[in-house]
Amino acid sequence: MVAAQPITEAQIWNWLEDVPDPEIPVISVVDLGVIREVDVSGDGVTVTITPTYTGCPAMTIISLDVELALAKRGLDKVHLKTRLAPAWTTDWLSDKGRARLEDYGIAPPQPAGGPERCPHCHSKNVEKVSQFGSTACKAQWRCRDCLEPFDYFKCI
Amino acid sequence: MPDQNALFEFLLRQGDNSLVLGHRLSEWCGMGPVLEEDIALANTALDLIGQTRLWLSYAAEVEGAGRDENDLAYLRDVYDFRNALLLEMPNEDFGRTILREFFFDAFQLPWLTALSSSADERVAEIAAKSAKEASYHLERSAETVIALGDGTDESHGKMVTALEYLWPFAGELMIDDEVDHAIVKEAIAPLPSTIKPAWDATVNTTLTDAMLTRPDSDFAHAGGRNGVRHTEHLGHMLATMQILPRSHPGATW
Repeated sequence: MVAAQPITEAQIWNWLEDVPDPEIPVISVVDLGVIREVDVSGDGVTVTITPTYTGCPAMTIISLDVELALAKRGLDKVHLKTRLAPAWTTDWLSDKGRARLEDYGIAPPQPAGGPERCPHCHSKNVEKVSQFGSTACKAQWRCRDCLEPFDYFKCI
Repeated sequence: MPDQNALFEFLLRQGDNSLVLGHRLSEWCGMGPVLEEDIALANTALDLIGQTRLWLSYAAEVEGAGRDENDLAYLRDVYDFRNALLLEMPNEDFGRTILREFFFDAFQLPWLTALSSSADERVAEIAAKSAKEASYHLERSAETVIALGDGTDESHGKMVTALEYLWPFAGELMIDDEVDHAIVKEAIAPLPSTIKPAWDATVNTTLTDAMLTRPDSDFAHAGGRNGVRHTEHLGHMLATMQILPRSHPGATW
């Protein structure tokens, strides 16, 4: 009989890499930057999550998905904590996440407040259609060259 | 020991402001003048309802009477609401809706920014989170006020009418009362009146760019923030907003 290896925080972070964002499934909840802390020191595992937007309906699904993903790995004592401060910022998106967003057709956030280029044809000739889009985290833009509309991940 | 009653009242004011405006904006869902605006209004409403949940759940904890955020939102009557009158004004048209939001956003951004250094840690956290959203809202509402005011004859005319109608309701946001003074003592928030210079600056610049003339009178209707005298409009709004939990207590789906 070999004693089970204690679960490490790195292991949990790895598993959470497989949990997709429910609305933008090409990036994980880790890429999105909403997982703030994983702690295995107490009784079970504590995962601290921060909301993207206060009213984002995906947050409930994210919590559920995190719990389910860890349950699937045999962890039955998962505590989820919500942390508001410091407030989530798009600076926490991983580089991998940013690249995947663009491949998926969503321009990643830029400090200048608008997309750097069209995610389809890479033209810099783009214009804003609306400051809001299909989810709380996106705005609608359009490419003046390839004429395709696209989502821009709002920079906050 | 902080004055729990004053803190409860203060938190209701924050939560009810965003709840009432959030609900008003949600009334546009599916009816916006163009698809992009429809989506923008619904998204802004969503942010405001999200902020409401944070404020009202904290209010319920402070009250300690066994109520939760849902009880506070859905099971209180008109005179228990603590929102400013401005926010309960009916939408009327797109112009009035945008101007009402602009007046609120122009207050809310400096207000939440000030609250983010509150001595009450929960207040500071909620405010810092919400300020990011308010900053985005203000950018859009100010731009849209300018686009409509400096737009066609028709849009300009509607903005003039909206300004005349809403102006006497804007000032209440910045009138101090005894609850505000009790809260200042605990360093939870500054007096609302201290926001006036920032509000004036934003409003003056935007109205000028929008080719609109700021009314001379600073007369302000009050009675919403303390619940003493709401307008006849809030009851109608609550009737729609609260019907489901009141008709089907405890319903879940």
